[in-house]
Formats: sequence, C-alpha cells, structure tokens
Amino acid sequence: MSTICKISRRRFLALTGVSASGMVLMGSVTGSALAGVLDTPQGSTLNLFVSVNADGVVEIIAHRSEMGTGIRTSLPQIVADEMEADWSRVKVIQGLANADYGSQNTDGSRSVRDFYQIMRQMGAAARASLELAAANRWSASISDVAASNHQIIHRDGRRLDFGELAADAAELPLPDMAQLPLKESKDFRYIGKDIPIVDLQDMCTGNTTYGIDVRIPGMLFASIERTPVLQGKVISFDKDAALKAPGVVDVIKIKGQPLPSMFHALEGVAVLATDSYSALKAREQLNISWDRGTHATHNSNVYLEELAAKVSAGPGKVARERGDTDAALGKATKIVEATYLAPYLAHASMEPPVATAHLHDGICEIWACTQTPQKTQQTVAATLGMDEKAVTVHVTLLGGGFGRKSKPDFSVEAALLARETGRPVQVTWTREDDIRHDYFHSCSAQYYKGGLDERGELIAWLAREATPPILSIFQAGANMQDDASLSQSFGSIPFAVANLRLESHEADAHVRIGWMRSVFNIPYVFGIGSFMDELAHAAGKDPRDFWLETIGADRELEFDEEGFRFTNYGRSLADFPYATRRLKGVITQLTDTLPWGEALPEGQGWGLCAARSFLSYVAVATRVEVKDGRLRVMEMHCMMDAGTVVNPDRVHAQMEGAMIFGLSLALMGEIEFKEGEPVQSNFHDYPVARLNQVPPMVKTHIVASDAPASGVGEPGVPPVAPSIANAIFAATGQRIREFPFNKVFSV
Amino acid sequence: MKITINGKNQELDIAPEVPLLWALRDHLQLTGTKFGCGKGLCGACTVHLNGTPVRSCQTPVSAAAGKEVLTIEGLSVDASHPVQVAWKEHNVPQCGYCQSGQIMSAVALLERTPTPSDVEIDSAMSGNICRCGTYTRIRTAIKQASGQAGEEQA
Repeated sequence: MSTICKISRRRFLALTGVSASGMVLMGSVTGSALAGVLDTPQGSTLNLFVSVNADGVVEIIAHRSEMGTGIRTSLPQIVADEMEADWSRVKVIQGLANADYGSQNTDGSRSVRDFYQIMRQMGAAARASLELAAANRWSASISDVAASNHQIIHRDGRRLDFGELAADAAELPLPDMAQLPLKESKDFRYIGKDIPIVDLQDMCTGNTTYGIDVRIPGMLFASIERTPVLQGKVISFDKDAALKAPGVVDVIKIKGQPLPSMFHALEGVAVLATDSYSALKAREQLNISWDRGTHATHNSNVYLEELAAKVSAGPGKVARERGDTDAALGKATKIVEATYLAPYLAHASMEPPVATAHLHDGICEIWACTQTPQKTQQTVAATLGMDEKAVTVHVTLLGGGFGRKSKPDFSVEAALLARETGRPVQVTWTREDDIRHDYFHSCSAQYYKGGLDERGELIAWLAREATPPILSIFQAGANMQDDASLSQSFGSIPFAVANLRLESHEADAHVRIGWMRSVFNIPYVFGIGSFMDELAHAAGKDPRDFWLETIGADRELEFDEEGFRFTNYGRSLADFPYATRRLKGVITQLTDTLPWGEALPEGQGWGLCAARSFLSYVAVATRVEVKDGRLRVMEMHCMMDAGTVVNPDRVHAQMEGAMIFGLSLALMGEIEFKEGEPVQSNFHDYPVARLNQVPPMVKTHIVASDAPASGVGEPGVPPVAPSIANAIFAATGQRIREFPFNKVFSV
Repeated sequence: MKITINGKNQELDIAPEVPLLWALRDHLQLTGTKFGCGKGLCGACTVHLNGTPVRSCQTPVSAAAGKEVLTIEGLSVDASHPVQVAWKEHNVPQCGYCQSGQIMSAVALLERTPTPSDVEIDSAMSGNICRCGTYTRIRTAIKQASGQAGEEQA
C-alpha cells in the first residue's frame, strides 16, 4: 500500500531554514513491504519529522544512519522531549533518502551538533500544533493550555491525549518559528538522560534488519570478484564454468571507470545465483585474467620509507608559519628530532558492505547499510542515467560503518546488476572483499624537529608530513593534503611556541583512499602526541606538566595570521572556538582521577595524550606493562569534553568503543600492499582487538558542560595510540615511532 | 535432510556441504545469525549444535542433520533469557550486528560454567569479535547473568 503525505515547501522552510525543493514527499512510492524496515509514517503529519497516530503513538523520523552510535535514539529523544511526548509511546521510523531533511551524511561526528537545535524546533512545533488544536477544540485561550507527558491539559483540568488531537493538529498552519518557546534545560525530560536505544530489544533477539538481512521476492544473491589492483582490467574469464555451477543464474562483467575513483563500481565479474553459497562457490570458477596496470608496482613498505626520507630530508610547502623557526632551532639548547610512520588501515565493520537494488515501474529502489543515503541516491541515479527522484533509498541498520559505508560504490554495483538482470539483486561483500577493496585509511609519514631552551621550554616546532590524500578519489592525481585535512590536528597544533613551521609534501595515491573514524587525526595525533612526550622527556619534565605548560595560557586560537586556513570541521571559530582552557581541562581532570606521577612496578608505565578533534577535547591515559617482549595494556582512561550531551550512556559507549578501536589499530592495525595488492584479507591477518586483549579497566568520563554539542563518535580514537606508545616509553625507555606495535612486541 | 531448528523440525533440500549459516539465512529466512568472516574467525555466526557453540559458517549443514540447532531466534521470543536480560540492563549493543553471536557464546559459556571467572570469560568470549568495542560491557553483563557481583560499569 502506498502512503504519500505532503507538506508544503514553505511550511518546511518556515520550520528549519533548510533548503528544500518542491513538495516534501514522505513515503515509499512502491508497495514493497519489508519486515523491520518501516520507512513510512502512518499517522497525521505534523511536520517533516513528526506524525501522530489516532491511538496516540508519536512517529518520529530518524534521518541519520544507525551504525552503533545510538543516533536513531538520541535525535528522536530530543524531539520527544521538546514536544512533551511520552517516550514509551514513541515509534522511531527510519527516513528515506530525502534532501528535505538536510544532510543525512552520518559522518564527521556531527549528527547532534548539526541537528540538536532543529530537532528541538521540530518537537516544539509539534507541541504548539497540538496545543492550538486543543485550544480550538475547547474554544479556550492558547495561554490556558499546555502539553505535558503526551496530553494537552487545560488550566481547568480538562485533558486530551495527543492521539485525539492528531488529525486536527495536522490541518493547522505551522506555528511561527520565531514565536516558538523552547524548554529551559531544567525542564528536560529526556535530554541528558540515559535512554536505552530503541533497537535494544531487537538486537538482543536477532529481530533486526541490517543491509545483509534484506529479502525481496525473486532476489538474486551476487558475489563479485574485483580487480586486485587499482585500475586493473579484466582480460578474460571463464563465464561458462561459472554459469554451469549449481544455482547460478547469470555471470556479468562490471566495467570499471577511469580515475578518479569517486564512488564508481570497481572493475570485476559478478556471479548471480539463487543463494549466497552458490554465488560464492561459482565465483571460484571464474579464473579471471587481469591486466594489472600501472599501480601494480606499489609496495607500501618501500613507499612509506620513501615518504619518510622525503619529510626528513627537506622543506615542503609551508602550511602555517609563526616567527623564525630556523633561527630559533639554531639557538636552542636542545634539539629533538623524530620521524613517525602510520600504515594503511581497513575499516572492517562487522557487517561488510551490502546493498540490494530493484528496478521496477520506472524507479530504482535501493536498500543499503549506508551512511550517506542522499549520496547513494545521487550516485545510483547518475550511474543509471535516471532522475534522482526516481531512486528511492531505504536505510537499514548498519552493522558498523566507521566511514566505509559513506561510500556508495556497493549500491552502484547492486543497481547495475539489477538493471542488467531485470531482477532484484543483493550484492554481499565477503570479508576478503571488504578488506582487499576498501577505501583505505591513508598511510602517513611525519617528521618533527623541536627546540628547547635552557629552562626546557619549547621555543621552536618544525613539522613536515606526507600523506596520500582523500582528495585523490575525487581528483585524479591529487597528491597534497588540503586545508580541511591538515586541520585535523597537524595544522592546528595548540602550542604556545614562539616559532613554528608546518610543511606538506606530495604523496601520490596508489589505492582508493577514504576516511575512517577520526580520519587524519589518527596519524597526525600519533605524531604530535608522541613527539610531545619525547620533548617532555628531553626537557626532564613530567609529560603532563609539559603538555599543560606548552599549551600555555587560556586563549582562543587564531590561525589566519599564520597563513593557515583552519576549517574547524566546517564550523566557525565564533560558534566553536578552539579553547586551550578546555584542552588543558581534560588533561588535568583526567590525571586528577589517576595516581599520576606515582611510582610503578618495574616494566610498567603511564602514557598520556590529548587532542581536540571534531570540536571536542579528549585526553587519554593508559597504563601498560612490558615484560619479556610482551606488551599488555592494563588500563585505559578517557576524559571527553563534548559540550552538551544528549544521551550520556551512549556517549560513554562511544568513548569505550573509541578506546577499543584505537587499541586495535595501535596494537595490530596494518594493511600492506605488495605489487599493488593488499597482503591482508581477513581477521587472521588483519586482527582487531578481542576480549582477551581489552584491559580489565576501561574508564570514561564526560566533562559536564553546557557548551554547544560538538562531536562524540570519533574524537576518542586519536589519542589512544600515542598514549600507549608514551606508556611503553615510560615502562621501558624504548621509543616506538611506528604502529602497529606488534611489529616490536607480542600483544 | 531433517534438522531440528529452534525446536521445530525442518526439511531441507540443499547440498550437504552448504554451510549451516547460509542454510539458516538463505533457505530458512533466519537472518538473526550473521555473516562476519566466512572463516570461523569472528564468531558472528555462532549457533548451538546439540548445546555446543559452533561457527555456522564452518559447519556443513549435513553435520546438523538429525541434530538440534539453536539460533538467537530460538533463545527466547521476548529477550527474557538471563543473558539477554543482562545485555539489556547494561545496554551492551552498539551497532548490534555481532551481538547474536556474542549472546549465543555467552549462553553456551554459562551453561557449561555457571559462574565463570574473568579468565574463563575472556577465554570463552575471545572468539567473538565486536568492532564497536562493547567488550567491557559484555564482561559486566556475563557477570550479572551468572549472578556474580558485576564489576563497576566503565
């Protein structure tokens, strides 16, 4: 059954100020129903995000993707609070791809940051409509009625349930945003409270629909053998052998596109069968012969050495400069130099990329575990030569994302195969496909040179980096980091040093480079955080004291005069200043919870690192033990200042997860390339942290703050690896300048 | 072949070497059991075969013939199993994808070892990967489900 609700563009714009085009269509345009993926509100529509059923159930749209952050709960939680809905009578409905919602790109740790205010306005607008409907019903003054816990209550005691007013409220013009009162924070019912996620029960019973669980009648299961090397081409393959295998319906070559990689499907051969196993088995029969192309010379270990030589040998393009760094280095009492390396990494979400496509009746429906429904819609439409409006994107639950599922290449594959066969097609990536054909987190080499004066104070900071850029997947040949990438810590160091110079070198991309949880902050904070520790020890100071002293006085950082365009994660410094007070705050508050500075048994040490990323301030401290070549992380502690927090339990969960994610990459994370091909392929050779590697104590703290909500999903990750490296130094005197650490220790 | 799945007799007409995982997901529409690695490395596909936890991606369906298979769908319809109750109490899941396998491994552990030590928990649960990093809460929830004083939640 098709349900189409309309609200006018003007009505929507009046609410949000978000640009919208034409009529806002809410609802699936087809009749295909899918258990667990209900993406059409059934009730009376009060605004773009809120509908109310006659039985009083409030339906709130979650327009961002749920990949584990709890966002499907946190944003509706804000709406429900502001509209005085009873949370037990709220049903969350996953929104389709729809530009009218504003950005649905669930990345950059920005869902709450960007939508906190809009969600409050949506809730307040719904409440105002219900209040007005009640006042009209009673012929009462609007000032005599008020919403409270799912009812509108008259001053004289009469009351009506939301459900009884839904139809009337939906007919009213939307309230004037300027007049809409918002709650005082003391009146919050749900914001700031630990609301369990709406999917909790279903996740504990297996009653969930992830991308891989979508089932469409008549659907074919596809498995694709893709080019092992960037830009490789199929020379030949044994189509007949695969076709003869049991269950196989079709074998289809997918043609790759020239660089830039964008979100195109990779060159490959797809086997389509009536079930997953048949597709996987027949794929082994393809016997593809590849033209491996020019990137087959890429050997990552050699390449990283080249980048390291480049950054330590000579000057690059200056990204930011203050004072006279060379002169200051010439006068320094002590010079410290170090080069740090970070490898390629793969995302390895537990659910691999999976997408299902069905072309019918002139439209293309996609069901996908995507972080970017609108980009999926645009890319599929462009690939098929269809109008974007003819592409419907249903967003399933995501079994992890970490940035990989921001790239809609897997939906493009499904769409191409569905068009070719005329049947619904589900493309499931194997784990090997996922790890070998990722948009890899980039490798990086950094060189640092610091000068200390006779008091052990930092007087000069020279840094150079070379990192194949994400930009290369959008611009063929791009080989320099842009401002937004350098703004991820490398360019925005907060130190009160009189002389600094930051430089970038070229680094060609030989693989698809993509963003992964906290992105370039991973390598850059590893370099900066490790080097700060080296400087502290050279200065003979406690690292905590050296961090605080070097960050210096309370101030808000400015970058323009030093030639650096700091992009601040897309937000103005007026709205989200870089406040050194908050960075020092997380360091002191964290170390105050620890026996920092006390003596430890032989072979143990504490390490510290702090960073601001995604507008949040995070400090991490770890305690390690190194014994007989074995490294054991014993405790991890994290303090985060993320401004206003909507669901503290989910923020703690994100911080816990970030500690583990950081632990994985620090201890074991590495993708190597030999002759253009990834060496690793599954969890045996690309290990991620298991329960027995997780310290008995993982402790997280949130700084109480009423500053604007900043970011939560990513900022916990960057300080982890350097804090461990610094702890290893404290424990052993051995400085580790490259991760993963299992190159040196057993873990 | 005949298999008892979640107490229900099922007749399956598929090749004997098809992994139990795909039999469940593609032929019986029991999608609660997840594909994670296909190599028995991650535990996302964990089910019980005659009470023993197995990786269904590495178990040919023929090995389940005449036996009882328990999947997450058969554990309880209302998440009332003590392990599920503890999972909810501690808000363990993040993305949730690996949790079917985590819960099935935890249930098997507690059936074998009703009050496991920390070492026993680590040992029994280290075959199940959670990329979101819910491990600390998994430990706490298992402690609770086994009636042991839970550690302080991180």
